[in-house]
This record gives sequence, structure tokens and C-alpha cells, in this order.
Amino acid sequence: MADVKTTGAHVHGEAAHHASYLEENKGIMNWLVTYDHKRIGLMYLWSVLLMFLVGGLFALLVRLELLTPGEDLMNAETYNRVFTLHGAIMVFLFIIPAVPASLGNFVLPLMLGAKDVAFPKLNLASYYIYVVGAIMAILSIVLGGVDTGWTFYTPYSTSTAGAVTLMTLSVFVLGFSSIFTGLNFIATIHTLRAPGMSWYNLPLFVWGTYATSVIQVMATPVLGITTVLLVMERVFQVGIFDARLGGDPVLFQHFFWFYSHPAVYIMILPGMAIISELIPTFSKKTIFGYRGIAFSSIAIALVSFLVWAHHMFTSGQSPLTNAIFSFLTFLVAIPSGIKVFNWTATMYRGSISLKTPMLYAMSFLLLFTIGGLTGLFLGTLATDIHLHDTYFVVAHFHYVMMGGTVIAFIGGLFYWWPKMVGRMYSEKGGALSAILVFIGFNATFLPQFIMGSRGMPRRYFTYLDQFQPLHQFSTVGAEILGAGILVAILTLVASLRKKPDAIANPWGGSTLEWEAQSPPVTHNFVGTPVLEHAPYDYRHAKVEG
Amino acid sequence: MSQTLESAHGHHPAQQHHFATMEQQFSAAKLGMWLFLATEILLFGGLFVGYGIMHNRHPEAFVAGHHHLQRPMGAINTIVLLFSSFTMVVAVWASQTNRKKLLIWGLIATIACAGIFMVVKYFEYSHKIHDGLLPGKFYSYKGPQVEGEFMFFSFYFMMTGLHGFHVLIGMIVLAWILIRAMRNEFSDQYYAPVDLAGLYWHLVDLIWIYLFPLLYLVS
Repeated sequence: MADVKTTGAHVHGEAAHHASYLEENKGIMNWLVTYDHKRIGLMYLWSVLLMFLVGGLFALLVRLELLTPGEDLMNAETYNRVFTLHGAIMVFLFIIPAVPASLGNFVLPLMLGAKDVAFPKLNLASYYIYVVGAIMAILSIVLGGVDTGWTFYTPYSTSTAGAVTLMTLSVFVLGFSSIFTGLNFIATIHTLRAPGMSWYNLPLFVWGTYATSVIQVMATPVLGITTVLLVMERVFQVGIFDARLGGDPVLFQHFFWFYSHPAVYIMILPGMAIISELIPTFSKKTIFGYRGIAFSSIAIALVSFLVWAHHMFTSGQSPLTNAIFSFLTFLVAIPSGIKVFNWTATMYRGSISLKTPMLYAMSFLLLFTIGGLTGLFLGTLATDIHLHDTYFVVAHFHYVMMGGTVIAFIGGLFYWWPKMVGRMYSEKGGALSAILVFIGFNATFLPQFIMGSRGMPRRYFTYLDQFQPLHQFSTVGAEILGAGILVAILTLVASLRKKPDAIANPWGGSTLEWEAQSPPVTHNFVGTPVLEHAPYDYRHAKVEG
Repeated sequence: MSQTLESAHGHHPAQQHHFATMEQQFSAAKLGMWLFLATEILLFGGLFVGYGIMHNRHPEAFVAGHHHLQRPMGAINTIVLLFSSFTMVVAVWASQTNRKKLLIWGLIATIACAGIFMVVKYFEYSHKIHDGLLPGKFYSYKGPQVEGEFMFFSFYFMMTGLHGFHVLIGMIVLAWILIRAMRNEFSDQYYAPVDLAGLYWHLVDLIWIYLFPLLYLVS
């Protein structure tokens, strides 16, 4: 691509291969003390993938127990622990850090044309804080387990036995890791953009990550103080959440959701950010409604702080509160809809190539739409009374988080993998994984909508006989989904055995990270990149190789 | 390659490689610090909200509880912290204008004020502990009291405890800045650490300004 000038002697395609960040300073010690955002991103990637497998294993155990009604694989207490660990690990150790801390860490500075994030040491610190938090979470499994659900509702969480204190402290620690990542990204985006990179020239991944970071910084401290208060309540019985002592257990729900509702947007916004890159690249068409997508991310971030009490429609809060929060919840549909329509319009009459990342992006479009629309059922007061705490909620949540964020994450992983490791993966393996994941996902969670609407409550280890066919369908779906994820990981890992073969820009992408060598040099670019055209301007692009 | 060229041009030794200029580095650091301060306010915010709600529910208990606090001690600490903010401002100004001695004395005065604050706090705490005015289940005060008074002390200890922890961290940070100042690391070209530590210190002060009336002047 000739439209990006580099001030060094290097012109892409002519100069020799420079030693990449993987080749320079090898050895485990160099990795453990690295400040390089790419290496930290990779370390995060392997860590979150490990947690994803652990959380996924717990999910499969849950599904296995639900194959038949009654107690077969585990008793009620064990079941409670297993679904709690599934939820807590997936939420706090996987989805929240997954996209920003791994993929975001790797590509964000590259997209900006920067050499690193603004605070490299803080970046490494955030990784180690994450590791400490993860160890604490795993220790709490060993030391008695936690059976509260990932939401830690009082008064149960203050009275139940088990390692609730350690688990909540682990959430407190993990919160710092999340705050530091978000803070770092905001400062990076504000101060380290390459010459010519105005705010409206930022790739949409950056806009999405920016909105995510704002929520991470503004919401996570509230979770921090909430977990501290919960620990205080358990240890000192300070009284704030205990009705017998004059406190209020519902106050915990307010505190918890004041963080945790924005937190679900910490989870979904990065997924949307990835999709905003995949769709234009594989449609070879300028993104439709750039500013609409950019500002809808910011709008979602702002509205996210105003909807928390929609988790509490059945908690006995006043009808007026319910009505206000229901109305505010519907507002979220507007920016989400803007995005979906813009992505679809980008594909319209584009020249679409069905590479693996695009298959995942298209899965995302369908699954996120279902997840988003079913959210409206739950935001509506009358239907929520019926659907509250049923499998309908479980299915909705998984359609948005798994069908949305996780599928976008895997798509993004396939998309940036050649940049990260310098190797192309098997397109057949990638496509197979995308198809298996799509089929398995729907088979798992579509039946749960039906069960939920018929009254199957969530978090039960057993059920009425009438639900058995649907539960079995769901369990088989989960096995297919698990197989699909396994194929995806094997496909990626298998590519590591090959010789490096990825060119700088295998997909014909138009954002700056594709100007860097694959894999990039330690300081990302040879010379200082200067942006000379808007992102998603494919008139300048030519597909190489 | 480019990096060696840059250092040959005589860049400031404190400039990190991924920043093009010292100004860029400073603005990033300052933005980061402000964001961090925002998280601090939100962290304390949870306690303030909890205090507000529980005060609203148990007004008599909170009024009765606050009579056990020694108002003069709280007032002295308020004045001490306000004065320390002034000495901190002097230190920051001194670092920006190459007044090394003034910088060092400003920092020493600030740390000393923080120390006085902690000593006063220590006497207040030991008095409460002696009387059994403790949070939650450890509350064992036997004198005349209103029902639910322990809740006031739950908040008193959580809020002043978290704040006191921040004062301690502040003392450590300022001590580190002081050592660097003695090593002559700061000048009008590079004073970001002093500036940022100052911002943090003002926040610690500001939070106390809100804690004092909330806890000592309840009505």
C-alpha cells in the first residue's frame, strides 16, 4: 500500500523482514517482565483462553446434570457451586478481559500507529493483578466453593458457608486489573494517535474500545466498594445489607447492578467493535454510517448507567421506578439497532468473501439480533413478571454474551491471528468451527427460550418431566458447541507448527495495523506511520499475495 | 534504530521511548491521573451513598452516634489537611520553577501534616476501641444509647479507615517523591511526578472535607 508513508527507509514489500517482537529477546524471563503491549496481549490471550476452557468445562457439567431430571451426576449443593463457578469464571475472568485486554491490547496501539500503550508498566501490572485475582478465584473453589451465583445476592451470600469472602475479594482485585486496562486505553487513544489520525479517522474498533474503557473506569470502582461492603458484612456484620440489623438487602442489588449492568456493556461493546472491523474488510465496502456506529457506542456507554434497576422489577421497588427503568431500558435498543442496520447496510452490494472471520461476523449479526430483541421482552414490565428468573433470561443472556461477544471474539481472533503470530490458519478448519459453533449454539439456547416461557426456573438442578426433551436437545447442542470451540482452538494452534507465511495484509484491511509487518517489530512500525486516508476507504486497497 | 537517533538528539532522560515529546508524555500522565481520581471518587461514592441511605433510615442512631466523636479533634485534622494541601501546592510550584530547597521543604511539610493527621486519628481510634464503639458485631458499648447506633460506627470506621489508608499511601508516595527531589531529578522540564502526587493529595484532602461534616457534624 502506497498510501501510508513511512519515514524510515522501509517501504512495504521491498525491504527485508525485520526481527519481529516474537523473535527479539526470546526466553521466558523476557516475556514475564515485558512492557510490550503485544506480548502482554498474548499473555492475556492464553490466560483468558485457559479460563474460557475451565468455565466451559463447568458449563458442560451443568448441561450433563440436566440431561435427566433428578439428582444423577451431582446433588443440589454441588450443582449450585458448579453453575456459580461457571458464571463467575466466565464473567470476571473471561468475558470482561477477553476482548479489551487480549485482542485490544494487541491491536489498539497498532491501529493508532503508536509504539505502545500510554502506560506500559501499568499494562503489565494489570496482567499480574489479573493473575492474582484468578489464583484467588481458583483457591476459593478449592477452599469450599461458592454457591451464591455470580451475582452474590444478599442475604444468602452473607450467611452461606464456603469461600464467598475469598471469591468476592478476587472480584475486587480483578476490578483493578480492568480499571487499569481501561484507564490505559483512554489515555492512549487521547494522546498517542499517529499524525493525521483525527477522532473521525479512528477505526471503529477504537471507538468501541474507548466506550468500553469509559465504562470500565466509571463503573468498576462501584463494584469494588460493593464487594468490600459485602466482605465487611460477612466478617463484621456491619448491618448495611442485613434487614435484621436495620439494613437493606435490596441495596446490595442496587449497588451490584449499578456496576454489573454497565459491565454487560463492557462485555458486548468490544464484540460490536470487532464486528465493525470484520464486516467492512470482508465486504470490501466503506462502512455505512461511520459516525452512527461511533456515537452509538458512546450512547450505549452512557445509557448503560441508567438502566440497572431493570434487574429488580420483582424486588418490590415502586411501580414508578419500574416504569422509568423499563422506559430507559428500551432506549438501549436504539443505538444497538443503529449498529445492526449499519452493519447490514455495509454488506449490501458489497463484495463479500466468506472467510472464517466473516462467517463468525454473520453469526454474530443473527445471534445478537435475537439476543437484543429478546431483551425487550425482559425490559417490558408485564412480560418480565412472567419471565423473570426463568431459562428465558438465561437464553437471552447467552445469546448476547456468547452469541454476541464470544463469537465476535473468536472471529476477531481468526482475523488478527496472522498479525499476531505471522501464520495463516487452515481456512477449512476455521469454517468448520464457525458452522459447528453456530449450529451448536442455537441448539443449546433456542430450546431454553421455549422452556423459560413455559416456566422452567433458572438455577435448578432438576426439573419437571415435561421439560426433558428440550433439556436433552440443549445438552446435545452444548456438546456440538464445545466441539466447535475445540476445532477453532485446534485450528489456530495447528497453524503454529507451520513456518511463518502471513503477509502484512492478508485480508486487504484498510486500518493501520495491516501496514505493520506480520508479526510486527517490537516498536510496531519501522518509522512513524502517517495516516493519509480515512479508514474503510477501499479505493486505495489492493489485495496482495 | 529510530530510538538511538532520538537519544542522540539529547532528549530528556525521563522521556519514555513510545512518546514523541515530553509534552505528550505529560498530558498522557495527567489524563491517566485524573481518570484514576475519578475512580477514587466513585469508590468512596459507594460509601457515601450507603451512609446517606442508612442515615436517612436511622436518623436518631446517627445523631446519637456522632456525639461520641470528639469534634475538636476532627476540626484540628481538617485544618492540618487543608494546610498540607497548601504546602503541596507550594511544592508543585517550586518544582515547576526550579526552587529545589523549597520543593524539599514543601514535601517534608506535607508529609509531616499527614503524620499529624494519622497521630490524631490514632488517638481517636484508641478512644473508640476502649469504649467498645466498634463496627458491627464488635460493638460493645454499654452506656445509654439509641437502637442501631452500631451502624453509625460501621460507617465511621469504614469511611475513615479507607480514607486513612489513602493518607498512608499518600505518605509513601510523597516520601518517594521527596527522595527523587533530593536526587535532583525534577526541574521545569520534568515535574510530572510531583504534579500528579499533588493531585492525588488534594483528592485525599477533599474527601476528608466531606467526611468531616458527614461524621462529626450530624444533625
